[in-house]
Amino acid sequence: MSEPVENSVTGHRFLQHHFFTARQQYDSAKLGMWLFCVQEILFFSGLFMAYAAVRFFYPETMLAAHEFLSVPMGAINTVVLLTSSLTMALAVRSAQLNLQKNLKFHLVITILLACVFLVIKYFEYTHKIHAGMLPGKYYAGEGLAGSPWIFFGLYFLMTGVHGIHVIGGIVVMVWLLIRARRGDFGAEYYTPVENVGLYWHVVDVIWIFLFPLLYLVK
Amino acid sequence: MTTAAETIDPAEGNEPSYLSATKGLRSWLFTVDHKRIGIMYLVAVLLFFMVGGLLAIGIRIELATAPGDFVSAQTYNKLFTLHGAIMVFLVIIPAIPASLGNFILPLQLGAKDVAFPKLNLASFHIYVVGALFLLYAIVSGGLDTGWTFYTPYSTSTDTSVIAATTGAFILGFSSIFTGLNFIVTIHKMRAAGMTWTRMPLFIWSLYATSVIQILATPVLAITLLLLTMERWLGIGIFDASMGGDPVLFQHFFWFYSHPAVYIMILPGMGVISELVTTHSRKNIFGYRAIAYSSVAIALIGFLVWGHHMFVSGQSMIASAIFSFLTFGVAVPTAIKVFSWVATLYKGSIRLTTPMLYALAFLFLFTIGGLTGLFLGTLATDVHLHDTYFVVAHFHHTMMGGGLIAFIAGLHHWWPKMTGRLYSELWGKIAFVLVFVGFSVTFFAQFVAGTNGMPRRYHSYDSLSPAMRDLYEYWQSISSIGAYVLGVGMFIILFYLIHSLIRGKRSGPNPWGGKSLEWETASPPIEHNFHGHPICKHGPYDFDEIDHQGA
Amino acid sequence: MISQLLLAATQTAEQSTEATFWLPPGASTTSSSVDPLFNFIMGVSIFFFVLVMAVLAYFVIKYRKRSDDDKTSPISGNHRLEIVWSLIPAVILVVMFVWGFKGFINLSVPPDNAMEIRVIGQKWFWEFSYPIDGITVRKGEKLVVPINKPVKLVMSSEDVLHAMFIPAFRIKRDVLPNRYSVIWFEATKLGEYDIFCAEYCGDEHSKMTHTIKVVSAAEYEAWKVEAASGGDMTPAQLGKKLFTGLGCVACHSTSKDKKKMVGPPLFGLYGNTETLTDGKTVKVDDKYIRSSLIEPNSQIVKGFAPAMPPYKGRLKEKEMAGMIEYIKSLK
Repeated sequence: MSEPVENSVTGHRFLQHHFFTARQQYDSAKLGMWLFCVQEILFFSGLFMAYAAVRFFYPETMLAAHEFLSVPMGAINTVVLLTSSLTMALAVRSAQLNLQKNLKFHLVITILLACVFLVIKYFEYTHKIHAGMLPGKYYAGEGLAGSPWIFFGLYFLMTGVHGIHVIGGIVVMVWLLIRARRGDFGAEYYTPVENVGLYWHVVDVIWIFLFPLLYLVK
Repeated sequence: MTTAAETIDPAEGNEPSYLSATKGLRSWLFTVDHKRIGIMYLVAVLLFFMVGGLLAIGIRIELATAPGDFVSAQTYNKLFTLHGAIMVFLVIIPAIPASLGNFILPLQLGAKDVAFPKLNLASFHIYVVGALFLLYAIVSGGLDTGWTFYTPYSTSTDTSVIAATTGAFILGFSSIFTGLNFIVTIHKMRAAGMTWTRMPLFIWSLYATSVIQILATPVLAITLLLLTMERWLGIGIFDASMGGDPVLFQHFFWFYSHPAVYIMILPGMGVISELVTTHSRKNIFGYRAIAYSSVAIALIGFLVWGHHMFVSGQSMIASAIFSFLTFGVAVPTAIKVFSWVATLYKGSIRLTTPMLYALAFLFLFTIGGLTGLFLGTLATDVHLHDTYFVVAHFHHTMMGGGLIAFIAGLHHWWPKMTGRLYSELWGKIAFVLVFVGFSVTFFAQFVAGTNGMPRRYHSYDSLSPAMRDLYEYWQSISSIGAYVLGVGMFIILFYLIHSLIRGKRSGPNPWGGKSLEWETASPPIEHNFHGHPICKHGPYDFDEIDHQGA
Repeated sequence: MISQLLLAATQTAEQSTEATFWLPPGASTTSSSVDPLFNFIMGVSIFFFVLVMAVLAYFVIKYRKRSDDDKTSPISGNHRLEIVWSLIPAVILVVMFVWGFKGFINLSVPPDNAMEIRVIGQKWFWEFSYPIDGITVRKGEKLVVPINKPVKLVMSSEDVLHAMFIPAFRIKRDVLPNRYSVIWFEATKLGEYDIFCAEYCGDEHSKMTHTIKVVSAAEYEAWKVEAASGGDMTPAQLGKKLFTGLGCVACHSTSKDKKKMVGPPLFGLYGNTETLTDGKTVKVDDKYIRSSLIEPNSQIVKGFAPAMPPYKGRLKEKEMAGMIEYIKSLK
């Protein structure tokens, strides 16, 4: 990734008082976002550990219950998110190259794709709720071996927490869009776009793990 | 040795200190100045320490006699649970990093603030919100699960578990964001000339602590989320009758909570490094050994969580691995203690209040560490687990170590933060009460514990008379020690507050320290330094005659 | 006290059956195997603590400030010293670890010929049964075991986590729901010793204690005969004894004031008609009492929560009859 262009000794108009150079601010923000993403991965890894424990100790529960998940819908969502990562990366590139129209366009597409993801999840959730495939003591389904309420507890928790992060991403991307329309970003300052992009890629990567583990595992 | 940073004594110069730069409640609540945020954290931490301490006094009154005659069993169970939860989450974890760390870290690095000042403010407000949830749990039915929330008791009791887990969940983010801020600040905002090996050891300790905060706290968040879901939705992951496993909760919980105890002690160790050097005007012995030991302790600390679970039913092999690694973490800890003692060799030791507390740390923390050996050893842990031996061990390390170091650091940097000097006489009087009080309180508990007295017992009169009398003997001694300790703490509070009103004003460097924070005014100006400070020497280069006025 | 501490540190295995400053009397082969290790760690700890503190005190006195112009040494390290003080502790710690691991295996693996006693932990009491002899020991009665014979406790919990702790034997193990955990000992000294619950389990955790009594082989045989026959108690007396032993007394009052506790008061209950939570009514007769013992949550009296644990499979017919007669007698 190229670095921001320095256009003056004092840096761009968003240089904060406690940094001496724009470069220092850019590097700090990037490191900060990387650390935040590390923390997010640890957060989800806790859930993956719970998943691993349930899978290891109650395999029949996992295998029976996950048949109830719709692989086509999960697959579509995977494609949707991957594409949104692409458009987000293009948005960052546009900012770096000072292509304001492209930047806004790609941000809008990313937001729309994220919304599509949520809509598909909505359909998946309502389908399960109707069938009584609910977590824990609310489980009212039939015909599944083992303890499916544990599986659905994990399913809703993992995809739900992931979904909250998608919503958070949408909110932040809308904020970026507002700032982009104000003309805040360009070749000498695109830090927020790049860092939100990094966050969005992590959200995508987490889904890349969730999908096979929950939907595809045999 | 002169410095390149210009300083202005507030009495002479025309720029006001950070305390008076802006006025009004809003200028504090919405500040982005790391120093003001540090002060706000300090006030909050001291407030919660008092609450936790009063709960402890309640516990000690009950335990002084064998029958459960002071409060009911349910009330007692809430007392010890809330004492633990408040002390762990609201006091010891944030104490040094969020108050002293926030204040001193940018100054020691020669920076004008932390990397993300607004995030720092957010950390503080998140802390307050988390604390409110925890306090709400107290008034809405209390909490009686023990601060460890073990299932299935925590999923079936009808006290305010969810309010408490939500509070702790929120508090975790405060901790994570502080750690994130510190790591970026240390990497990207050191003054020119400050290589990694010229950083004060306090910074190294905060760095190691921050790594733990970022990696471990999210796992606590998930653990609490799973517990909350288990209680609310009955998922069954920890419930044996629904196909789950209660021991799984313990693994999740301790995976965070063991590294958490290193969050509690590492910054304290950093403070001790600052104190034994500055107050004996001597370079540190074994800089690299101490710095790398901090990181080693942080990393190895992630691998030992199962030593809380030797009798839980986990496999023998797992227990053996955890025991071995626990001894692994003891070695860098011992190295540090030896290095601090060696630092005093051929120094010029001043027995100031901070130095006295540093010496007390060496005494008490060493006892804490050595008693950890009994617990890390598999066969002896079987007998000692869940007895008063464990309670005494962790109070020696967390309080005799962490909290004493916090008090030491508070006294050391008090002139810098407030521009005032406290009364050395009262400092020493309170020190004696605190040190003697603490030692009596908790040494007695070792004896009760090795003799088999279990912990979390409201009364201990349903057992053989001989053991009951023995336990009562040591527990009554412990309670007396606690009252003395409490008096000492209150005296500290009084003379510190008194110094704010009537204390002598301090110059920029009352102790003659060599790190960058002593080259600003006391208290510092809002932006810490004029211009860009340059680091020209190590933080403990004392080996020259130096005259610094107080 | 220092001399007491040092003395404790040098106790040998034989002497460890006596109480020391730190430890209660050891009464089992397991305590004899653990105590020397405990003393070793204590000795090492005291030695190093005294050494380091003495050096510290010496430095504080010898190198205290004389004047503001003191010149201090530039010493900032000594590689050889640092290596020595890293390696020596490391070696000692490895010894501790190995010894501890071996001891742990010994504590964890019962001998093949161990006599089995089954244990149930429940809020807030223990129940021990001797499967071969058909004896059940409940709260208020002593757990009697023969000396010099290995005994293994196979334990599980009815509700939350508990832990079985016998300080005189230096043994402890968590007791889990839906799972069995095992602990063993071979008592070597006659006498009575405390049993504690060592995993916090709620309100009356500190009352969940018991007593184990180690007797000679002959006395043990005699006790078994007496315990199996239940003595000559009337059914109502047996019921009263069970009422305490099974923990009923923690939730049901039997006094005239009919105090409402966690469960309904039992005084004058027999023969009444009670309203249940689902609105139906039921007569409190033998059948109702029996079903309340076996499946308590199927018919709950209005105004009370489903908090009573089931006693299905835990009561012999004779004991069931005793409970019924006892409740009948409460008037």
